[in-house]
Amino acid sequence: MANKTVKIEIKRQASPEDPAVWEKYEVAYRVGLNVTSALMDIAANPVTASGKPTTPVSYDSNCLEEICGSCAVLINGRARMACSALIDTLEQPIKIAPLSKFPIVRDLQVDRGVLFENLKKVQAWVPIDGTYDLGVGPRQYPQQQEVNYPLSNCISCTCCMEVCPQFNISTGFVGAATIAQVKLFNNHPTGSVLKEERLRALAGDGGIQECGYAQNCVKACPKQLPLTNAIADVSRDVIVQTVKDFLRG
Amino acid sequence: MATPRIIVVGGGLAGLSAVIKIAEAGGAVDLFSIVPVKRSHSVCAQGGINAAKNLKGEGDTTWKHFDDSVYGGDFLANQTPVKQMCEAAPGIIDLLDRMGVPFNRTPEGMLDFRRFGGTLYNRTAFAGATTGQQLLYALDEQVRRYESEGKVKKYEGWEFLSSILDSKGVCRGITAMDLRTMEVKAFPAEAIIICTGGIGAIFGKSTNSVVCTGSAQSALFQQGAYYANGEFIQVHPTAIPGEDKLRLMSESARGEGGRVWVPRKPSDPRPPKSIPESERFYFLEEWYPKYGNLVPRDIATRAIHRVVFQEGLGIDGQQMVYLDLSHIDRATLDRKLGGILEIYEKFVGVDPHDHPMKIFPGMHYTMGGLWIDFDQMTNIPGIFSAGECEYQYHGANRLGANSLMSCIHGGFIAGPNALKYAKNLPAQEGDGGAAQEVARQIEINKDLITNQGNENPFKMWRELGDTMSEHVTVTRYNKGMKQADEKVVELIERYKGINLSDRSQWANTSFAFARQLKNMLELARTITLGGILRDESRGAHYKPDFPDRNDEKFLKTTKASFTGAPEGPKLELEEVDTQYIVPRPRRYDSA
Repeated sequence: MANKTVKIEIKRQASPEDPAVWEKYEVAYRVGLNVTSALMDIAANPVTASGKPTTPVSYDSNCLEEICGSCAVLINGRARMACSALIDTLEQPIKIAPLSKFPIVRDLQVDRGVLFENLKKVQAWVPIDGTYDLGVGPRQYPQQQEVNYPLSNCISCTCCMEVCPQFNISTGFVGAATIAQVKLFNNHPTGSVLKEERLRALAGDGGIQECGYAQNCVKACPKQLPLTNAIADVSRDVIVQTVKDFLRG
Repeated sequence: MATPRIIVVGGGLAGLSAVIKIAEAGGAVDLFSIVPVKRSHSVCAQGGINAAKNLKGEGDTTWKHFDDSVYGGDFLANQTPVKQMCEAAPGIIDLLDRMGVPFNRTPEGMLDFRRFGGTLYNRTAFAGATTGQQLLYALDEQVRRYESEGKVKKYEGWEFLSSILDSKGVCRGITAMDLRTMEVKAFPAEAIIICTGGIGAIFGKSTNSVVCTGSAQSALFQQGAYYANGEFIQVHPTAIPGEDKLRLMSESARGEGGRVWVPRKPSDPRPPKSIPESERFYFLEEWYPKYGNLVPRDIATRAIHRVVFQEGLGIDGQQMVYLDLSHIDRATLDRKLGGILEIYEKFVGVDPHDHPMKIFPGMHYTMGGLWIDFDQMTNIPGIFSAGECEYQYHGANRLGANSLMSCIHGGFIAGPNALKYAKNLPAQEGDGGAAQEVARQIEINKDLITNQGNENPFKMWRELGDTMSEHVTVTRYNKGMKQADEKVVELIERYKGINLSDRSQWANTSFAFARQLKNMLELARTITLGGILRDESRGAHYKPDFPDRNDEKFLKTTKASFTGAPEGPKLELEEVDTQYIVPRPRRYDSA
């Protein structure tokens, strides 16, 4: 076991204006090593596999237990969280690149702010009257909770958007994550008061009609959200809403 | 006068709670966070949030919640704010429910509650085993609503560097650094609220997130804010040891019936499922028959250390014990604990539905933090604080599921009080000291980026974590803590020889980390020296050489103030408010 190493290649880019280059590294193998620990090792000893001094890799990470949604990258071509990517399960050399559908910041860091803007457009919140004490909330049965809780597990990692063939600048498609939140808030007894406005926000260009049903999203989601079900349900509701709006004039 | 401007630093539960209250009252808020606020460390909280709603017919009351919290904290917490928190808690749960938190429900559609450590009541509301995530999202959504109405401006990807103090020592805003352009700027405000969470990074590996460095608290401490009870560090009994961090395995696993055990025979080679009941040592149940697996965390952690280090009964002779859920049916586990079982399976590769988990205690939480008064204001006028970064609610040991409540309640108190303060603040003279503070920060940055030495900040950080974890966690000796302090002093000296392998001025993460490291080192001294001073054992602070609680001498808050002198911070002791419950011996092994 002595001196067993892990071979890693990382796509680096010093800034949006600089060219991208691949750099190779070797880090010491340990049982249970994941991609984020390997990135920490490189930071503590920033040299390439050929012994050339380099800079620590810039990357987003925070919780390291796949709940904050920060560390989504492409690992061997697949969009996934770096923290839950265990070295033992990966083919080497492990190739790590930034998500490709979002503006690059540096190295593995990208700007995923578009998702948070989309959540504003669909009013992804429950419009409560205020935070003063108004007594208990609406009664909800366990069966409803069991539908809503999985939708509420979305960690905003944007893996579903990265893998979607329809998600790009030209379509302006909102992506599966936002559509799932529309279903969640339309399901809520109080949240449903904004249902019509949310559905209208998803009609037209960039809305739910852009979905090509490739079903990549549901496979890529690290939290197993029922994304395709949500798209189907919301799609139907958007069509009904559009027809209603047309008939009402 | 114009609408007062309040700055909130940190977008976890405490920060978002403060923002919501201020926006609702018509104030203008600037919210600063290193990460997009939806990725804050609060998402890691798992098991639940405490409130004595008494929906299980047990006769639970807010007074019992108050008593459990004060007793669990070994009487070190000021009782007035704890009492107020416990009284406010049921209303806060209702509010969170109205905001859409998908709490687990009873068949009749009411909120479900489960048991947690340090109480005999079902008092913990929960959303699966990802309660922190669900609460944070609910508050994040309300803040996004205010943001879309123009009442809140977010500065995500900005790091707080310091407060701006005027010539009278009154806070007039903050300086912060854009983590992409590395630009340092002054942001004026009539009051600021610091909600920057935990300090896990000082101990190297912990259950905390990467951003939990305590850097902001330490910067303020170095600017004159008191830091209180720093020596009280909670080591959670059940964490999954890992290469990059110690992943939390929630107390709710035991709340739902999980049992902690080791084989009675040292280094028993048999697989756990084949070891008969009679040959298993359920040590928490034997030693603490009334509370069993749900004793408070400091007690459970010390018991696990005793079994492993003194009795030599760790699994396979290693530093691990079993946490067993495999006797509970799969559907119940999935409904109530799904999220945490998934974490174990993903990171360890073993299914905890079928096999006992292997766990060991890990650094988890700081009870200590910025000193604040009952209005949540620090000793620096205009600087408020809420959440884990302040010291007010948990005394010498925090009860499980009280942290989420203390964050939200603290934010709800700090927000309106900051607004009230800001409305009565006399106008500043000139720029309030902004230009001078920005110049000071730019100077620090310039020194750091041009420094020629051979010290790698990430390597130094690992050394800091190793020494703090070894000497300043579960079992403490003055000799060991003195060694730790000497090591930290050595690291502070070596910091002068720091060398950044990255000198660029764009999204330079090692540069930002090096700044945090300096602040971690200063705070590490405060934690350690507070531990040396306190010659007693109380809650999470355990000294075998001083095994008893000493109320006469140490029923006191430790207040540290920064001096910059080689001997470290000045420590003084302050009376604790014990006006409601007379301190009594804390014994979980008897009735």
